[in-house]
Amino acid sequence: MKIIFTSSGEGWDAKIDPRFGRTDYILLYNEETEELSSIDNREIQDVAHGAGPKTAEKIFSLGADVLITGNGPGGNAAAILNKMPLKIYIKAGGMTIHEAYEAYKNNKLYEGE
Amino acid sequence: MRIAIASGKGGTGKTTLAVNLALFAAETEPVLLMDLDVEEPNGSIFVEGVLQSETAVYREVPRWDQSACTLCGKCSAWCAYNALLKLGDTILVMPNLCHSCHACSELCPAEALPMKQESLGKLSYLECGNLRFVESKLDIGLEQASPLIAESLKYADKMFSDIGFQIIDSPPGTACAMLSAVKTADFVVLISEPTPFGLHDLNLAVETIRQLSIPFGVVVNRDGIGNDDIYKYLEQEGIVLLAGIPNQRRIAEIYSQGGLLYKAIPEFRTSLDKVLRYAKGIR
Amino acid sequence: MKEIVIISGKGGTGKSSICCALAHLWKDRAVIADCDVDAADMHLILHPQSSESKDFFSGIKATIEAETCSSCGLCASVCRFDAISAQKGKYLVNQLDCEGCAYCYRICPTGAISIPEQKVGQYHISQSRLGCTLIHAQLNIGAENSGKLVSKVKSVARHQAKQEHKDFLLVDGSPGIGCPVIASLSGAHFVILVTEASKSGFSDLKRVWELVKRFNIPGACIVNKADINPVICREINEYLLKEKILALSEIPYSEDFPAAISMGRTLMEQNESTWRPIFEKMGNAIKEIM
Repeated sequence: MKIIFTSSGEGWDAKIDPRFGRTDYILLYNEETEELSSIDNREIQDVAHGAGPKTAEKIFSLGADVLITGNGPGGNAAAILNKMPLKIYIKAGGMTIHEAYEAYKNNKLYEGE
Repeated sequence: MRIAIASGKGGTGKTTLAVNLALFAAETEPVLLMDLDVEEPNGSIFVEGVLQSETAVYREVPRWDQSACTLCGKCSAWCAYNALLKLGDTILVMPNLCHSCHACSELCPAEALPMKQESLGKLSYLECGNLRFVESKLDIGLEQASPLIAESLKYADKMFSDIGFQIIDSPPGTACAMLSAVKTADFVVLISEPTPFGLHDLNLAVETIRQLSIPFGVVVNRDGIGNDDIYKYLEQEGIVLLAGIPNQRRIAEIYSQGGLLYKAIPEFRTSLDKVLRYAKGIR
Repeated sequence: MKEIVIISGKGGTGKSSICCALAHLWKDRAVIADCDVDAADMHLILHPQSSESKDFFSGIKATIEAETCSSCGLCASVCRFDAISAQKGKYLVNQLDCEGCAYCYRICPTGAISIPEQKVGQYHISQSRLGCTLIHAQLNIGAENSGKLVSKVKSVARHQAKQEHKDFLLVDGSPGIGCPVIASLSGAHFVILVTEASKSGFSDLKRVWELVKRFNIPGACIVNKADINPVICREINEYLLKEKILALSEIPYSEDFPAAISMGRTLMEQNESTWRPIFEKMGNAIKEIM
């Protein structure tokens, strides 16, 4: 499974960024290789409109199975994410990446639309 | 002549003034009232007319032609609004973000993005005695008001050029949508309240209208609350005070039920009359 | 640190007054962000004593360099916004009409067109007269609010709140249903909807709640001018119950609202004995939920 987190920093101790479109980092954990990689998304702060769709486009290109985030994507971004076989979990804002991953493993996260 | 009713922010009595002014004027002559507050058109709460027709309004957005596309990704890189996204071997169009600039369609090397019509909103045309009322409503979920406002004004030019007196209820604020709505007016009535908030927002609206070089005047709503800074401002700036609407709890009550003020409050008729006379004198 | 956003579908519901009252209540515990950038009003009550101001850039617009322009007119022919016209044989961009699509920039054969980012306003980090920090912004005439600006104001405010070890970030949210209001809501822990007991107030409340629901943020509602129309007030309450929105408070029609604004005061400063209990009760209810 490939799992994506919206994150405010890099590494397991970073906090989940509750924002979807304007998340600072996108972290990708590959359960098979046990690798946690990160993509710097801070340039999205320069986007006036359509931040959600642009971040969704990036996530699409990563081909993940699961997305863990905070508030959940807005309407435009959701329209894109719905085009991929992606399971979305929300309300993880404030947790560390590690905590969010544990919560996901123990089925303690909320499913988004 | 065309009068636009506008304000620096919402909730200052813009719709109340537009509707009452239109119905009052319609007692003596044919009047067209256009509700161009397309995101929140509330005029129909106050106008009880008979529906004559509904017209769908369209604009053009690109459609992805999969068979022609070479997946070069230029459209996605070029779109200034992030309205085109390359998702693997698919190009996704986000009509919501598209500004219909046609750049992607005309610059696509494979001609894989022909423009097609997409619904933008709906115009409802009602009659109520001498009053022709057109409500322009943006489709749910759409965010861009300006293209619909432009189309609505074209519709009015085509359908109602014979009506000599036209009133526009414009969207609140001083952004693009408000500019589109007041642009074609001969006269603008700005409505505000005599509070520091009201004055602050009025100031922004005045600066905006001045940029467009359209003559304008001010109606002060809820006259009697707050202080007289707004009147000092009008005097200093040489702006005409068209009328004042007194602050009465009763007005708020009539409004909350969707009632008409000029029928219930005689002084209000006098105020409307003053606004009309002044606006018509401008020509 | 918890982030609370106050929004209202319709203008004139008393949202800014309520924001200022909550800011007063939590003056030692909160940082305030005014994201209602189209009508930024909180500074008129919270009177900044000192501020640090920064320019804000957003969006692009085309400009044509006269020396390089060959007057071929291609730019004007492709512009869908009629923003380019010839004056004495030279092509000019009308900045008010340009929507920044960059089509002209991409096709200009002589490279005479550039698309600089626009300075659209300023944002300020201010010390309010109540002591709490206020982050607010101001747009140039004709400039459009954007998700980018709201997001900037919020991230500066968020950073400030953390640095000051505050419990709350109180956000006066943007109007509408577009990008700015999405940016206002993004990252929030709690939403307070302010409406009034009128037909238009109710219909706008429903619209804006549809949007909030998307973000799974718990919400509470304040019905202002609740006694103006008891029938609609009841309908609003039924709706709140159905939608699981906490009915936070019903505020009667009061001349204290405009009076306080006129004096540059918060509601509490205008009439302590009436308003403090009302807002303290709200504050406690909000704390309980969070």
